[in-house]
Amino acid sequence: MTSLKLYPAKPDKVYFFGTCLIDMFYPEAGLDAIRLLEREGIEVLFPDDQTCCGQPAYTSGYHDETRAVAEAQLDLFPEPWPIIVPSGSCGGMMRTHYPPLFAGTSREEQARQVAERIFELTEFLVHVCHVRLADKGDAQRVAMHTSCSARREMGLADTGPALLDQLESVTLVEQARAAECCGFGGTFAVRHPEVSAAMVEDKTQAIEAAGAEHFVTSDCGCLMNIAGRFEHQKRPVRGEHIASYLWRRTS
Amino acid sequence: MSVQTYTPQAFHRQAHDALGNPQIRANFRQAMDGLMTKRRDSFGDWDVEALRDLGASIRLRALAKLPDLLEQLEANCQANGIQVHWAQDGDEACRLIRELCEARDAKRVIKGKSMVSEEMHLNAHLEEAGIEALESDLGEYLVQLNEQTPSHIIMPAIHLNTDEISDLMHAKTGTDKTRDVDYLTAAARQQLRERFMNADVGVSGVNFAVAETGTLCLVENEGNGRMTTTVPPVHIAVTGIEKVVEHLHDVPPLYALLTRSATGQHVTTYFNMISGPRKPEEHDGPREVHLVLVDNGRSSIYQDDELLDTLRCIRCGACMNHCPVYTRVGGHTYGTTYPGPIGSILMPHLQGLEATQDLPSASSLCGACGEVCPVRIPIPDLLVRLRKEAVGEGRGNVEGAGVKRNRKEVLAWKGWQWLATHPGAWRASTSVAGKFRALTPSKLGPWTQYRTAPKPASTPLHVLVKRHRQVNRQEGES
Amino acid sequence: MSARDSILKRLRERTDGPLTAPESDYSVMGGRGWTPEQRLAHFEEKITSVHGEVIHADRSNWADALTQVLTDKGVKRLGVGREHPVAREAREALAGGAVELIDVERDIETWQREQFETLEAGLTSTRGGIAETGSLWLWPTPDEPRRLSLVPPLHIAVLDADVIEDTLFDVIASHDWANNMPTNALLISGPSKTADIEQTLAYGVHGPRELVILVRH
Repeated sequence: MTSLKLYPAKPDKVYFFGTCLIDMFYPEAGLDAIRLLEREGIEVLFPDDQTCCGQPAYTSGYHDETRAVAEAQLDLFPEPWPIIVPSGSCGGMMRTHYPPLFAGTSREEQARQVAERIFELTEFLVHVCHVRLADKGDAQRVAMHTSCSARREMGLADTGPALLDQLESVTLVEQARAAECCGFGGTFAVRHPEVSAAMVEDKTQAIEAAGAEHFVTSDCGCLMNIAGRFEHQKRPVRGEHIASYLWRRTS
Repeated sequence: MSVQTYTPQAFHRQAHDALGNPQIRANFRQAMDGLMTKRRDSFGDWDVEALRDLGASIRLRALAKLPDLLEQLEANCQANGIQVHWAQDGDEACRLIRELCEARDAKRVIKGKSMVSEEMHLNAHLEEAGIEALESDLGEYLVQLNEQTPSHIIMPAIHLNTDEISDLMHAKTGTDKTRDVDYLTAAARQQLRERFMNADVGVSGVNFAVAETGTLCLVENEGNGRMTTTVPPVHIAVTGIEKVVEHLHDVPPLYALLTRSATGQHVTTYFNMISGPRKPEEHDGPREVHLVLVDNGRSSIYQDDELLDTLRCIRCGACMNHCPVYTRVGGHTYGTTYPGPIGSILMPHLQGLEATQDLPSASSLCGACGEVCPVRIPIPDLLVRLRKEAVGEGRGNVEGAGVKRNRKEVLAWKGWQWLATHPGAWRASTSVAGKFRALTPSKLGPWTQYRTAPKPASTPLHVLVKRHRQVNRQEGES
Repeated sequence: MSARDSILKRLRERTDGPLTAPESDYSVMGGRGWTPEQRLAHFEEKITSVHGEVIHADRSNWADALTQVLTDKGVKRLGVGREHPVAREAREALAGGAVELIDVERDIETWQREQFETLEAGLTSTRGGIAETGSLWLWPTPDEPRRLSLVPPLHIAVLDADVIEDTLFDVIASHDWANNMPTNALLISGPSKTADIEQTLAYGVHGPRELVILVRH
């Protein structure tokens, strides 16, 4: 269920939780997200000991292992600053699933407090920073794929497109079945590779059919999946994390 | 036509076959696209979220009071002249119905649509006893002619297109080969009317059983439900014990949700409320009405606060209509009575996790099912819960719990856990992975059959941030 | 222990303990507040959208409209009750005409095949209408049995414009259905239909192919 969230005033400092996929595969996207936040006059604290939110194990049913890993993240954010996550699925994990995961344990209250401070990056830029973007790039037709976790778990179908709308020379194209899953689903892509492949094939076709020259997404799982498919098919469409796209066009 | 049986154990093979079948792909894609649009457009001026809240509260209240409401339903049905029977499982329910038929020397049973009867394989059971069981819902009739099972809980023959149906009816009933749907429908009407007249017993399902009044509600468009419950001298209604609702005024909200969620209709053609057999002064209607209340695993689901939500379901099928997996593999691939997301959270309780272990994982957890569920069943959370049970980290109260636990995978997750709780080692490993990125395999099993392999970045974010801080600091100092 | 007792025992001795029932807020169901004109407009829009045919008539000469419908549809054999004012007025108007009036207040066992094979239309009264969904509500009686609105290929239903209410929820409350349920209560919204063949709509699969609603003012 989409819950209405009351947004705080823009803080002086935030924590940044980079996510394991960004750390290992798309570090530039993480850095670009930090730059976007810093440009808003916010000091970004990056706890060095962060690793993974635990979601891959969680969705696979390994909740004891998840809890151990999640517990290691809980202590990284001692001050009451917002925690910015450049991913709807990791953000959704921490906001929605941390509290029940620790229910009945000594960490319950801490998990709840951390969960309340979780913001997905585009959500934070739009609703807390009220960011104004000045586009410096060339004209381009772009498709946005909002991840299912951002869209449904966090209720953030509009924040990514709202940011792209601010880019003067960018035309946001409308894809068929934009709200449909790209087929990543974490370990789903590995456990049911053929079904997942059919889904990503349809997603890439929809993006191409919409006339997009480029696509962006707010989740690196979807990015890896969709871009990997385009590349495998030797199609010209390329994709990147929305943080990189925004930073590249406005810096 | 060859008869194919589908099993949940063969999910992967069946999915492979369905994905490679352009006809199946097209039939389902087209149908599901249409159903999604119709649902979206059907709520009109309604505050759909408030209606879903109401629907959920009605179902939760019914479950909270379930044993009391069942007793109340029984008492009120009996007072109305409806005979009530209880069955602990499908076999017992089949036996009960067979005995009711045999005691009346009934040889011909006509059936209205009932998923519970599919669940307990009633037709096969009756036929073994020499009793003909004929489906009368057009979709069910076609599926039965084709010696198949339904591929969707609302539209049983959705996997067949008009040409296939024309061929089927031609082969089995001698109709002309044609794409004229009116002709095919009229032919089925003619064929089935004769069977209604000659039927000894009508068996139907129940959409809502109202405890307060002892009323059985049936939702339908065709009129076969009314025929089944009106024409034969005996009507046997069969339903799961969870279908009870407390009040008559609980029905309109659920009915409004059901029709819109299922087919995007603002109402169905018929809403049939049965509160008893024919009275002495009446001139038609069955002389006897029976209600068979079937447990078949439901009281086990009922024990667990989280799993309980499975029983809220009103069987609208919206979760499958909106499921990107169901849309691509179709209903038969699941190999179970109930396919799609609701099947994946219900069938493990009816058949055990050993047989159904691939179903809870057959979802990308995209949440589309939960988003449209008219009674707000948290389907993705329940899928995760069953995955947890399957790998042996749940409460162990689902049959076959732990069946998917294997040493290799446990070791992998334990290794991941160790690394992710030792930040130094984690950072070292991501850096190392980056250094050797050229050596990462370009073949990563199934992933790279369809996509290129992701390569670790040469410098992980940890290191980039460190450098970035240094630059910031230098800029701050200068 | 009987199946009944075992099931109830399992439900009562629930592992996770007793459940608390949530409150239900029904406000979304009521309060449409439509005027009679709006009600009629809603009713007509909805029932015609599902292939119901609406004919407006004066209460004084509605039987003329009925005669016209029967002529237009070529009905020769009409099933009709005897006691309900609608049936009585119809019988009066049609007496001695080209349409044969078939008695329906007979035990069905004595004329099952006749009903299935020769009845061309059934005329029934209705208890009321529902604006929101374009539905008729019927409580079949010995005078107008259940199958009169089901078996013939044409169902002609007579509805008074002033008994259309806003919603099913309202109807159930205002007529205290909970304390008065008949053997069979029916909502009818259009003719019988199916979309089981490739989602293509077809009418009259089991019940009437056509539904005509004579709305009396």
